Formats: sequence, C-alpha cells, structure tokens
Amino acid sequence: MNVAQDLPHPSDLALEDIDVSDSRIYQQDAWRPYFERLRKEDPVHYVADSQFGPFWSITRWEDIVAVDSNFEDFSSEPAIVIGDNSEELPIANFISMDPPKHDVQRRAVQGVVAPKNLAEMEALIRSRVVEILDGLPVGETFNWVDRVSINLTTQMLATLFDFPFEERFKLTYWSDLGAGSPEIAGGDVDPEERLAGLHDCLETFTRIWHERKDDGVETLDLIRMLQRDPNTKDMVDDPMEYLGNLLLLIIGGNDTTRNSASAGVLALNQNPAEYEKLRANPALIPSMVSEVIRWQTPLMHMRRTANKDVEFQGKQIRKGDKVVMWYLSGNHDETAIENPNSFIIDRENPRKHMSFGFGVHRCMGNRLAEMQLRVLWEEIMQRFSKVEVVGEPERVKSNFVRGISNLPVRVHPL
Amino acid sequence: MPKVTLIEHNGASHTIDAEVGKSLMMNAIDNGVPGIDADCGGACACGTCHCFVEEPWAAVTGGVEMLEESMLGMRPDRAENSRLSCQIEVSDDMDGLVVRLPEYQM
Repeated sequence: MNVAQDLPHPSDLALEDIDVSDSRIYQQDAWRPYFERLRKEDPVHYVADSQFGPFWSITRWEDIVAVDSNFEDFSSEPAIVIGDNSEELPIANFISMDPPKHDVQRRAVQGVVAPKNLAEMEALIRSRVVEILDGLPVGETFNWVDRVSINLTTQMLATLFDFPFEERFKLTYWSDLGAGSPEIAGGDVDPEERLAGLHDCLETFTRIWHERKDDGVETLDLIRMLQRDPNTKDMVDDPMEYLGNLLLLIIGGNDTTRNSASAGVLALNQNPAEYEKLRANPALIPSMVSEVIRWQTPLMHMRRTANKDVEFQGKQIRKGDKVVMWYLSGNHDETAIENPNSFIIDRENPRKHMSFGFGVHRCMGNRLAEMQLRVLWEEIMQRFSKVEVVGEPERVKSNFVRGISNLPVRVHPL
Repeated sequence: MPKVTLIEHNGASHTIDAEVGKSLMMNAIDNGVPGIDADCGGACACGTCHCFVEEPWAAVTGGVEMLEESMLGMRPDRAENSRLSCQIEVSDDMDGLVVRLPEYQM
C-alpha cells in the first residue's frame, strides 16, 4: 500500500495550481478547504495540467444545476468520470450517452426500481438486514464496511440481477475493479487485474444472458428486462455496451448505498448530539438518511464534455473541454445549504442535496437506496443503543467514489 | 386568489388559495400539500413535482418546454397530461384548476 504523502494546504498554492483531481485529497479527507477556496475565488476553475489532462471544475450549487440541466451544450459522452476509458476496454453505457439513445436504454431497466417493486422488495430487504444485524459479534471489534455495508448492498445487487447468490461477492469485486482504476479515478487497482476481472464479468454475464434468453421466466431482473425491451434486446451482441451497462448498474447499486451505510455510523459518532436526537425520535430516520446521503456524497463528481464553445460565468469553455461538476462541493455550498458543514438530521429540507445528480441522468435507484438505508436504520435502532466507532476510518483512494473501506466498530445492545 | 385543487393518489383532496405569479409546486409546498417532493427546489432538474393536469386546464397551464419534456420522459408513469408543477406559474385564470398527483415521485 502506498504511504500517503503530505498534501500542500490549498492556501499555500497559487490558484491555478489547485488540482482537485488528486485522489489523495479524498483518501486523506482533506477536500474541504480546496473546495471552499474554489467556490469563493474561482468557482469555474481551470487546471491546465493534471494527470487526467486539462479540465474545468464547477463547484457552486447553482452552476452545477445549470450544467447538469444542459445536456445539449454539455455532453455525457464519451465518459462521466475525469479519466477516459482505456483503449483495451472501450466500454459504453447509458449514463455516458445523451438523449435520445440514453433515454431508450434507461427506460428498459428503470422499471426495476419502480416504487411498486420497491414495496414488494421491502420485506425481503428487512429480513436480510435482520439476519445481518443479528449475526454481528457483540463485544468484539469488527469492520462495519465488510460485515454490514458490503454484505447488504451485495445481496441487493444479486437480487436485482438474479445472480447466483453464493457467488454474489464477485459483484462487489467487479464494482471495485470498474471504479478503481488509476487512469479513470486515481485509484490503486492494477490494470492487468482489472482487465482480467472485467473480462470475467463479461463472460459470466454473457453466459447468463444466453441461459435466460427466451426461457419464458417473468422475473423482474435487470438482464431479463434488457432482453424484453425492443431497444436493448440484442445488447449482448455489443460486448462493450453490455459490459458498460452492467458496470454502470453494479457500481450504481454498490458504491453508493454501501458508503452511505457506513457514513451514517461515522457521522452519528462524530455528532453525538444528533445520535441522541435519533434515539429520542426514530421517526427522524428518513430525514437522517437524506442528510447522510448529502454529507457523504458517495459519488463526488460527474463529468461532461463541451459540445461547442460556451461562455459560462465569464469563462470561455472550448469545444471538447472536460467540465467536472463537483457534487461534493455543491452539497457544501453555503449559499445553497444552510450550515453545510454540520451534520443535522432534522434539517428543514433534507432532500435538498445533489448526491443523486440533476437532469436526465439523475440517479434512477435513488428511492431504492433510501429504502435500504431506512430499513437498515430502523432495525439498528431496535437492537443497538449504539454502534460505536472505535478506530480511525480508512478511506478509498479515488476522485470519484467517496468511500470508506474500513470502519472499526463495536455494537452495544439495547 | 385563484383556488386550485390538488388530489393525492389516495383520493385526498386539497383546495388551496394559490398565490399568483408563484409556481404551482411552491404553492403546494407552502400549503403543506403532501405528494410533491421538489428535491431540486424548482429548477426543472429532478422530476419530483410531477402532476397530471385535469381537463379542461391544459390550455391555461400551457405547453411543455424542452427541458421539462426531457425530465418527464424519464418517468415510467408519464401520461399525456403530465406536467412538472414547478413549471406551471399560477395565474388568475387558473381559478378552479384541478391537478392529480402521481402514486409516487421518483
């Protein structure tokens, strides 16, 4: 493992040298002063030279909403992260497409998270949460991320894909490979391991596709939904598009809820008065869940690419320039969110956050994520007086996923 | 003040005195009408203030602009009379307007 080097404090840097694509900033949880300075002094900020090439950073709430709503000037193609896809694995997926192609592919699968299905899924999720929580080792220190967060979200993913349940941890592994490459997001994943693993993912799901094709089974899983929709029925014939969409759905359902499930424990421990509020009034759980999703911002940015020369807030953005919307910064913009650096579980308007993005690419699994987290906390509060953090959290090295990889805790029964 | 009626999916009806010049979404929120989330605060960017405009109010409430169209297009329950209530500005000639709210916002 790399030993993290000391980062310069952003106030010691010339403005043009501030480069928020450096993934160590997030691994060391040192991002606040960087974005504070950019929002204040240069909210539409250009870096000429980063390891991902030149790019713009959009850091204020209103500017992010404007860019996210303008898919004509700011395209999602060819990629929605700062780094471009490698030539060995030129994947494509609907989050990296503009309307109208985006719309038809998304429509093929979004019914899986229609609230009617969620209502049916809730009992299943609750039974799994209960099993996970009842199996925790009381009196011992353990990693909340492995035992609870990953366990819960991986079970959910296996259900959504109707994936062999005993092999479900492959989904987490592929998710980590997909999102963790150095070229894409400044991660630590070895490129050869990534290539081999993602080919295994494609082969596995290609086999699953052919096994299911025309089997007449009516289950509502993502693979059969793709097969049933006339716009996506032949997706398996375009392997990079199939793999791309698999990775999109796996990462979208994994890194996000997983890290919010960990972040809630951390935030409540760092803010004991809020934990007290929650104990006194568990009806605050839905509001707390929204606040955790804001506070954590599990996906820190989305990137667009300028379709033409655009003047934006007095800056001249050129056709082809990368334009990165920092949701993490927007969620902490004091002009949009009151007391943004405080974790407040009974905020007046807790749903006002941008962790799900805005515009046509807005997260399609948002209600499923909220439901899983709500059920998790409903069951935690019925069992434990406290989930106590007993050591320093370890964070993921990425400029895309704001993740927690290790969170040592002890649980205290009621 | 025009009176407008919002009917929840479960049939619960809310008639409010709406403020002219303000969006239907803001009027609903300010009067505590449930069933509208409006996560983006009225920027036509989240799709969580979806409603269905009852006949004969389509002409008065106006047409759907391009950005609104693209947001509505993502809704599985999209219908001919779907609108985002943040994009309907209440006017005096909307007195008597009836809109229905969807089963869920997403």
